[in-house]
Amino acid sequence: MKDVVLIVTAVVLTVAAAGAIVRIAVGPSLLDRVLASDVLLGIVGAALAIDMAVNRHLNNLFLLVALTLIGFIGSVTVARFVADRRGQANDS
Amino acid sequence: MTPDAGGVDAVIDALTAVFLVLGALMSLTATIGLLRFPDLMSRMHAATKPQVLGLFLLLVAIGLQMRQWWVWPVLVVAWIFQLLTVPVSAHMVGRAGYRTKHLHPELLSVDELEAVVRRSANDPGEPGSAVELDNVLGLGETGDGALRGTAGQNLDDRGDGRGDQGESKG
Repeated sequence: MKDVVLIVTAVVLTVAAAGAIVRIAVGPSLLDRVLASDVLLGIVGAALAIDMAVNRHLNNLFLLVALTLIGFIGSVTVARFVADRRGQANDS
Repeated sequence: MTPDAGGVDAVIDALTAVFLVLGALMSLTATIGLLRFPDLMSRMHAATKPQVLGLFLLLVAIGLQMRQWWVWPVLVVAWIFQLLTVPVSAHMVGRAGYRTKHLHPELLSVDELEAVVRRSANDPGEPGSAVELDNVLGLGETGDGALRGTAGQNLDDRGDGRGDQGESKG
């Protein structure tokens, strides 16, 4: 069952990460890319958590806590400073 | 996970497997929404909501597998901070998307902010004017007046040639 869970979650997370990377590449706006990179960070955190749960170790636990603590700063910063630039309407 | 588990261990392992797969599927849900939704607002909803539940399921799975009492407070801290920080980033991205007009107004069912913007454009200086609106939106301390272009007044208040701000509504 351990191998089945690992394979299923690995496939699911790989597909999810590929989709997020596609959204980062396609865009079309900067805020879309920031959202997609946030999702990608969540997928990395999910991979760390699944590794810990399946292999029964806690090496990455505080990395996961730090990820949830400061992971939002990047998107907040970008969203704060993108608000100053405008001029094109409805290009999302 | 133990390979040949029986009794309670088997139940816990099965529960862990279900939680892990569901938590991974939540990330996949976020990505599907990110790829298929039409504009920034709906993508913001899809990107910021399912992964909180997904991380909750994965953290419960870790707690079930480790069975040490000190793990649970750390997991609770991780999830509480996820609950606190994800809405902040979602709010900031959504607000920046509204202000930079990365939205399709015909797809919105309710736009409460539009009435406020229109009222501030009609009654400059009244409560609800552009400066008041910046305070309402939480940017009053920066004082950049970023919604004045939307309200149709003070277009070139900084004199840096931003004439393109005036083509918005209002």
